Amino acid sequence: MELLTFGKTGWGDELFFATLMTIAVSITAMIIGFLFALIFTPLKLSKKKYLNFISNSYTTVIRGVPELLVIYLFFFGGSGAIMYVASIFGYNDYIEINAFLTGSISIGIISGAYSTEVFRGAIQSIDKGQFEAAKVLGISKFVQFYKIILPQMLRLAIPNLSNVWQITLKDTSLISVTGLVEIMRQSYIAAGSTRDPLFFYSFAAVLYLLLTYFSMKIINKLEVKYSKGY
Amino acid sequence: MDFDLMINSAPKLLAASVITLKLLSASLFFGLFTGLIFAIMRMSNNMIINKFAYGYSYFFRGTPLLVQIFIIYFGLGQIEYLRSTFLWVILKEPYWCAIIAFTLNTGAYTSEILRSAFQTIKPGIIEAGKSLGISNKIIFYKIQIPIAIRQSLPAYGNEIILMMKGTSLASTVTLMDLTGVAKYIISTTFKPIEVFIVAGGIYLLMTFIIHNVIKYLEKKYSFEQ
Repeated sequence: MELLTFGKTGWGDELFFATLMTIAVSITAMIIGFLFALIFTPLKLSKKKYLNFISNSYTTVIRGVPELLVIYLFFFGGSGAIMYVASIFGYNDYIEINAFLTGSISIGIISGAYSTEVFRGAIQSIDKGQFEAAKVLGISKFVQFYKIILPQMLRLAIPNLSNVWQITLKDTSLISVTGLVEIMRQSYIAAGSTRDPLFFYSFAAVLYLLLTYFSMKIINKLEVKYSKGY
Repeated sequence: MDFDLMINSAPKLLAASVITLKLLSASLFFGLFTGLIFAIMRMSNNMIINKFAYGYSYFFRGTPLLVQIFIIYFGLGQIEYLRSTFLWVILKEPYWCAIIAFTLNTGAYTSEILRSAFQTIKPGIIEAGKSLGISNKIIFYKIQIPIAIRQSLPAYGNEIILMMKGTSLASTVTLMDLTGVAKYIISTTFKPIEVFIVAGGIYLLMTFIIHNVIKYLEKKYSFEQ
């Protein structure tokens, strides 16, 4: 237990901040994922074949390729891509993007593929009459989506989105390979310097269990809130 | 685009994918049995057995696979007692540690899939078996299990694909599987996109094959012929 004390001798404070980092990365990744889903879901539902193709390739590739490989792509390729864009604008110095951003974006892209599928399923299960009624009333496509379809969709999507959240939360452990100090990386460091891997990795497992447990509690509350009136 | 690198790295990556497939098939094979045992335990009326199986699946589904591998590979080696037993022969090999971690992980998911499949079997089917005087054991093996397998095929197909992606974590414990070799090539050549296309293509091919085999099996074993 003395390994977990706060301050210079223990690892308690380090692990506490690492847990906050995990939460921050998960939430950022989830939001980035939503942005991707907002772009790709309409493409997926579009009647144009080539738009469907773009969206389908995104979800198929991301869901069919290991998360670790995607992370390596962004970790090794991310700064190269940005430097290439910067060189077009005449900036030729070395640019390093920080690990937080690389991690959040790569996990966000993964989580976005799952969110896209969830949103697609939710929209498709909304009654066709809703779309038709909106059309008859002369409501524009944009307002139709944000004011009519989205609120109904969220209710249907929440149970599945909670799965996506769980996947995202667990995937953040993989960005420890890029050196970002979250739970897994901090446990690795602590295990290395105290030679007590069993304790620290088990403690990491407990931290993840606590995170999943409490996030499920919150999501269940949301579910109750959004299913009011049904 | 460096096409030479793509062509040159393809044979190395294909050779490494054999290890990925080995890891996958071994963990699925052991995981199916683990899953079946824990699914039966979950349906037991004994509270202790039931809670134990619940705790098992909760732990392995609630923590990242990476933590599980690290606990088994780095953590268990720390226990002095284990080092003196025959288990050490297995636990000092990263290959077997990875298989143990994957087995326990996929076993947890499989147990949930099988449990829900068993629970959706209509009670009438079991009652029909009983009224025909078939013993409980035969009802279980010849009626419940085949129906449960059919019910759980779509979900189990997803689990196989998830597990295939999960085997990439073996590269974190020094195994040179497809992802491990891909990372090695990326870090020596600094051409991530080319290697990603080849390695990702191999993974997608495997996903595609698994997906279609499951689809075929679903069609073959569906109730409506």
